[in-house]
Amino acid sequence: MLLSVRKISKTFPVSRGLLGNPTSFVRALEEVSFDVEQGRITGVVGESGCGKSTLGRCVVGLHEPSEGSVWWGGEDLFKMDVRKRRALQRRFQMVFQNPFASLNPRQKVREILFETLEVHGLLGANERISFTKDLLEKVGLQTGDLEKYPHEFSGGQRQRIGVARALVGQPELIVLDEPVSSLDVSVQASILNLLAGLNRVQKISYLFISHDLKVVGYLSERVMVMYLGRIVEEGLTAQVLQNPRHPYTKVLLAASDGKSVPVKGEPPSPVNKPPGCSFHTRCPYAEKRCFEETQELAVVDQSLKVACWKWDHL
Amino acid sequence: MVLRGVNLAIHEGECLALVGESGCGKSMTALSILNLLPSPPMEIRSGKILFKKQNLKDLTETDWRKLRGKEIGIIFQEPFTSLNPVIRVGEQIEEVLRIHSNIPVGEIRTSVYRLLTDVGLSDPERISEQYPHQLSGGMCQRVMIAIAIAGNPSLLIADEPTTALDVTVQAQILDLLFQMKEKFRLSVLFITHDLRVVRNHADRVAILYAGQVVEEGPPEKLFDHPQHPYTEGLLESLPEFSHKGRPLYSIPGAVPSPFAPKKGCAFAERCPKVENKCRQLEPDLNEKNKGHWVRCYYPSEK
Repeated sequence: MLLSVRKISKTFPVSRGLLGNPTSFVRALEEVSFDVEQGRITGVVGESGCGKSTLGRCVVGLHEPSEGSVWWGGEDLFKMDVRKRRALQRRFQMVFQNPFASLNPRQKVREILFETLEVHGLLGANERISFTKDLLEKVGLQTGDLEKYPHEFSGGQRQRIGVARALVGQPELIVLDEPVSSLDVSVQASILNLLAGLNRVQKISYLFISHDLKVVGYLSERVMVMYLGRIVEEGLTAQVLQNPRHPYTKVLLAASDGKSVPVKGEPPSPVNKPPGCSFHTRCPYAEKRCFEETQELAVVDQSLKVACWKWDHL
Repeated sequence: MVLRGVNLAIHEGECLALVGESGCGKSMTALSILNLLPSPPMEIRSGKILFKKQNLKDLTETDWRKLRGKEIGIIFQEPFTSLNPVIRVGEQIEEVLRIHSNIPVGEIRTSVYRLLTDVGLSDPERISEQYPHQLSGGMCQRVMIAIAIAGNPSLLIADEPTTALDVTVQAQILDLLFQMKEKFRLSVLFITHDLRVVRNHADRVAILYAGQVVEEGPPEKLFDHPQHPYTEGLLESLPEFSHKGRPLYSIPGAVPSPFAPKKGCAFAERCPKVENKCRQLEPDLNEKNKGHWVRCYYPSEK
């Protein structure tokens, strides 16, 4: 297995007392487990505050989970020694949401792309130029762009630079955190085509994080739907989108078609999660049991998992 | 030139959706109608803006103050930046009522509570005492809607009112907006980049490209039988599960610069159907079918 995530939880302090010791916490992730196979695209979808970005950052090692473990090709990411982790790091890369903030404005594209090569001591000085030129063409930019600064590019082109930077180390997995949400639809389409092509040709796996069920559905083979730090439904994209079982997935699906939804209010703050099933405060089907029992993610049909005891009679 | 000969008409009780990508001039259209263009450097060079048969360009700033916020309500994209952070939300609604209505002072509070209830906020006594930062994005946008309808307007301009919100909240705010439209018989100019939202809510849709309306018509015609190659391109670039495994259409090139307009059709550079004629002379907006207008020499035959 390329990536295995086992029961990871992540807690952040949100306020501190007089002496700087944390007094209240937010549980951004709760017991999240999943696997990503080689060459597969796994989508993560949910609204702001559901923990999807924290999940992405834990997977590449930018955050250390408070509990649980992350396995890169059979090795425990947070237990391996530093040198080994560094060597493996280039195979697990990330593309960030905001292409205006994630590129250093004072570095030329060449410097941005060379950094990974230098850190990992890859290729000789002569090969580096031709390698990065090829890379730029692969992501739909021109070789002359190597000597330009980020501000000379449009949003879509910058996101291509972000993808190129992730590709430098010839990764096996890229975590893409909302890579197209700041782009116009026609630009978005061209980036999605690029990503789909890279996956098809180079067999790179993605953990594709987005708030947009349409985008996730188009690109991913499997989908995980998150709500307040937990996965509430997980399965093949076809299963989840054509026959959603969890009430929250149903709501997301209706909303992404521009239809009206049967829920009221907004997701509660993750600092103050409701007891029981955390969706019960907004769920149109909630009963007494939902207020009392936490709903665990359980297999309901082959590879489909749902965290709702009423999944079968909705 | 940011806008080049935009013609729009909104009838009573109708919702016109103005759709386009960033930089096409959607927000500038709204600001022009409201006389809020950042001027200088921007100015309206020519044309008329008629509101209930009155040319808005003739109004003085004093007249404008009586119109804006009363006859014409506005909802902007970012609820947090449009509300005043240091004034309680109740007072912000009250202000509109004090200036624009003749409700006696003693009854203004009651009217504030009624408005808050109208926009779906329960417990209006408590909410009206809160500051914007104490409310969520969705609640702030509800307050914005309350402010917009407080003056009892006949036209509501909503500029990307749900873009900053989460999808499930977005759906609720849209529902509310269109309930208010029915309840108060509002005409709405709904500005958005989101084609999916438009389909279910608008009476008519106008697609804006490079400062011009390139296609206009009822949503079912425009979505099922798009005529302009730009509209077709936009619709085909929307990701759908059913389209999985096939590349999405993406419109080649980029939006032309408003600083250096070229002759001919503004979309010619990016158009798959471009002919010599398109590069020479800009096409007019023509009525292809009843109520369905398109600015193209070679509209789709579909």
